[in-house]
Amino acid sequence: MTASEADDSPHYSSHPTRRTVVAGGVAVPVAMSLPSGTAAQPALRDGAPSAVSVNLTVNGTRHALSLDPRSTLLDVLREHLDLTGSKKGCDQGQCGACTVLIEGRRVVSCLTLAVTQDGANVTTIEGLAKAGKLHPLQQAFIDHDAFQCGYCTPGQICSAAGLIAEGKAKTPEQIRELMSGNICRCGAYTNIAAAIQQAMGQS
Amino acid sequence: MIGFEYSRAGSIAEAVSQMAASPGAKFVAGGTNLVDLMKMDVERPVKLIDVNRLPLNKVEETADGGLRIGALVRNTDLAYHPVVERRYPMLSSAILAGASQQLRNMASTGGNLLQRTRCAYFYDTATPCNKREPGSGCSAIGGLNRMNAILGTSDACIAVHPSDMCVALAVIEAKVRVIGPRGEREIPFHDFHRLPGDTPQRDNNLGTDELITSIELPPRGFAANYTYIKIRDRLSYAFALVSVAVGLELKGGNIKEARFALGGVAHKPWRKAEAEAALRGKAANETAFAQAADIVLRDAKGFGGNTFKIDLARRTVVRALSQAARGTPQSQSSKKIA
Repeated sequence: MTASEADDSPHYSSHPTRRTVVAGGVAVPVAMSLPSGTAAQPALRDGAPSAVSVNLTVNGTRHALSLDPRSTLLDVLREHLDLTGSKKGCDQGQCGACTVLIEGRRVVSCLTLAVTQDGANVTTIEGLAKAGKLHPLQQAFIDHDAFQCGYCTPGQICSAAGLIAEGKAKTPEQIRELMSGNICRCGAYTNIAAAIQQAMGQS
Repeated sequence: MIGFEYSRAGSIAEAVSQMAASPGAKFVAGGTNLVDLMKMDVERPVKLIDVNRLPLNKVEETADGGLRIGALVRNTDLAYHPVVERRYPMLSSAILAGASQQLRNMASTGGNLLQRTRCAYFYDTATPCNKREPGSGCSAIGGLNRMNAILGTSDACIAVHPSDMCVALAVIEAKVRVIGPRGEREIPFHDFHRLPGDTPQRDNNLGTDELITSIELPPRGFAANYTYIKIRDRLSYAFALVSVAVGLELKGGNIKEARFALGGVAHKPWRKAEAEAALRGKAANETAFAQAADIVLRDAKGFGGNTFKIDLARRTVVRALSQAARGTPQSQSSKKIA
């Protein structure tokens, strides 16, 4: 199911999503854990930074945004555009869970400041399926059972889409090397590599 | 992350003037290291000047037969550039040994030079670190220092420069072209990065108001006899414990010209003229290679956790020189040691 299909579902509002449950569950302990005197907002030298106008086209839809320069592309996707398929794993560029495509090239969105991407075309996991048909990589991941918990999967699939477009990986060894920016803590690597090989054969 | 102002520079002149008008600002290109450090509160720029739209993204052949690489050329585009692959394969190999494809797609050539150390204490604002906070002390000396330097260290700092690309650029003897309020200048690669001494907060000799515009490569790329070998804790996507870039010119079985640099062992890519001189005119064999390795590591000093690197570096130098002499450079996708 795509995000837009979910939004259209008449039952959507009455059923809490996994995300609202998770968010609700952590809100209280986080607030309570702040030591007294610690500001929730980082200290600013001269008040809040000026907002910056940014135009982003995400999965074909154009968005005119006004953003705090600190906003990463990942946070804009998840918090402003409600595209929560891209995952926040390490938030340091080390795990690849946040991988998206900018102008068809894979990048880690957690280290991408959204203000630097004015005018860019972004593709996320939500944008890969076309007309209700899964992207060949999505189908291949299902065929090969290429995940367990699934948290790294959106990043793995976006990264693999970038890898196929690059055309540099010809052998299983090269697939593994060029996918090394995507960590899977369940260790589904064997099946991930097989899924990518299958999809590569179809492209 | 602290709040910061943001501006986009529309031209090189504008970038320079915006920086001159904003002490404490930083240029941002790929942001792969800077944004990370800002999240950790290690870097606290008052302003980011976005240079991504400047016309510095070309790779051009120069009149003298060399190559000019614009500072904004992304690491993947440089590594896969046909001229680089053909004439400077050591550079291509070194780039592909570093980071992940996502990060290489983002990271710029200029920014690669300006990466800051990955010393854990530099990142941890709860601990003393002379590089982050001059005068506060070095936590790595006497602390966890497995990844730290064995050459060119000081009592103030034992951090290493993390770049792979720079190790190859040191061997190629690139030049760094920069521009600032006082005009343009060219910095030879060996003068670009600094040793920590008593000013470890300064990684390099670029002025805080200067911008890297290009990296220039001389014609000689050592395309026939080269290697880049990187030894790390996992097979991919990890910083070097030790890496070695080699460029040789052979005549018959003898070494006509030899250059090699070590990564992961010092505050800058490490070359030693005496070790290279010892190879020239010699037969290309393990005896000569071991002698060169001994010379380059003669003054190496371990700090407990990283003492193993001295032997590791010695063996890696010999292995790298052998690979280059045989013309069997290390593959960055097959992990079998050639």
